[in-house]
Amino acid sequence: MRIVCPFCGERELGEFTYLGDAKPVRPAAGASEDEVFDYVYLRDNVAGETSEYWYHGGGCRSWLKVARNTLTHEISSVEPAAGAGARQPAK
Amino acid sequence: MKYSIFSLARAALSGHKNWQRTWRDATPKDRYDVVIIGGGGHGLATAWFLASEYGIKNVAVLEKGWIGSGNAGRNTTIIRSNYGLPGNTGFYELSMKLWERMEQDLNYNTMVSQRGVINLYHSDAQRDAYARRGNTMRINGIDAELLDLAAVKKMIPFLNFDNARFPVQGGLLQRRGGTARHDAVVWGYAHAASALGVDIIQNCQVSGFSRDANGKVTGVETSRGKIGAGKVGMAVAGSSSRVAAMAGLRLPIESHVLQAFVSEAIKPLIPGVMTFGAGHFYVSQSDKGGLVFGGDIDGYNSYAQRGNMPVMEDVCEGGMALMPMIGRVRLLRQWGGIMDMSMDGSPIIDKTPVDGLYLNAGWCYGGFKATPGSGLVFAHLLARDQSHEEAARFRLDRFRTGAMIDEKGQGAQPNLH
Repeated sequence: MRIVCPFCGERELGEFTYLGDAKPVRPAAGASEDEVFDYVYLRDNVAGETSEYWYHGGGCRSWLKVARNTLTHEISSVEPAAGAGARQPAK
Repeated sequence: MKYSIFSLARAALSGHKNWQRTWRDATPKDRYDVVIIGGGGHGLATAWFLASEYGIKNVAVLEKGWIGSGNAGRNTTIIRSNYGLPGNTGFYELSMKLWERMEQDLNYNTMVSQRGVINLYHSDAQRDAYARRGNTMRINGIDAELLDLAAVKKMIPFLNFDNARFPVQGGLLQRRGGTARHDAVVWGYAHAASALGVDIIQNCQVSGFSRDANGKVTGVETSRGKIGAGKVGMAVAGSSSRVAAMAGLRLPIESHVLQAFVSEAIKPLIPGVMTFGAGHFYVSQSDKGGLVFGGDIDGYNSYAQRGNMPVMEDVCEGGMALMPMIGRVRLLRQWGGIMDMSMDGSPIIDKTPVDGLYLNAGWCYGGFKATPGSGLVFAHLLARDQSHEEAARFRLDRFRTGAMIDEKGQGAQPNLH
């Protein structure tokens, strides 16, 4: 598996660290216990196309949002995650 | 048929032409008292305990491929009971005791070999942690010995003891630990369960649940038709989330890929199971001579049953740090299995919020050693509708109540357990 970092180009997997599913959104401070439980512990654990956060610690140290198929490991898109701290440079 | 020295002699005298099939490949009936989804070690063991201990013999085990084609046939065959937290310690020792009588119970040679498991330590802090774990085991009646450097050198003299960065200082040894032949465990449970009337149904993939007006599960829909069931138990490891989703459930589980490796065969070298404490590397030697080894999971969600190079490199580096002499041994095979990584690294054996549906999941990468124990406690739950005393903490709601069983203290990040 190789990931094409939008800042650094195609790099080998060893440069990246996995956080997990990008779908769960941190509930607001006053959220119910159910919402927090759901966010922290429950996962869709999708078999197929999924969106997830990866960290390019061995390169530009940006957080990336990667669309990947968990059945085939095929990556369809990589983009800077919101709050990654940098805009994608002009090509 | 019953296996014995006499059956062996009889078969030998007739040129081994008259062996009967080990178990019966059944076609599905309309209805069973209990349907187990998943024909791996855990599912088959559950069926056997249901039939032998709890008197429920109208049982089917449904397997989407052939039995033992998932993680039961993909693991590194290690058995041990060296866990440190209440809930795990007693459960894995229950399982260990069942390993010790498995061959007699099943009338099948599962090649249980208690050749010892040693976890090496490489620092003072790690020695203290291992001493604590060993004491926890001994307080609970489980064998454990803390070995110093001299004792390790005597036992496994071929290690690299001159490693300046990660010097071997000693190890925690469980002599009753060891290995078992993973495929034979599957066939042994199939053999014994089948003899008691359990139907083992292969090429039978579950595609949904039948529910009544109250939402109770009344059966399963499969690639071989509808099958009615009084109760349905899931023992599908890495596919847990997919099967649970058919009943509208979301689980505290992520599926990850774990790789395992076998080298070409070499002469007898490694006496038992060894683990490298400064990285993640565990190794034993099979009876055929191959080194069987593994390490960390790859770390990303996957259903692909294959891994990637960085972990392969990391595992091999661990092996080289421990015994540089294996550097010229060639890697023969490598494969991946899908682990049901739970949010605290411990299993879940419990009823689900869906009436009639029972869950056995969350084994992370430690399910093989749990096979007999898992079968017993899951059968107990299915038969009695209450948890076995040694599995009472493996509750599905512990993530909500906070009663986590987190051996590594990593929190709700499955790829770190």
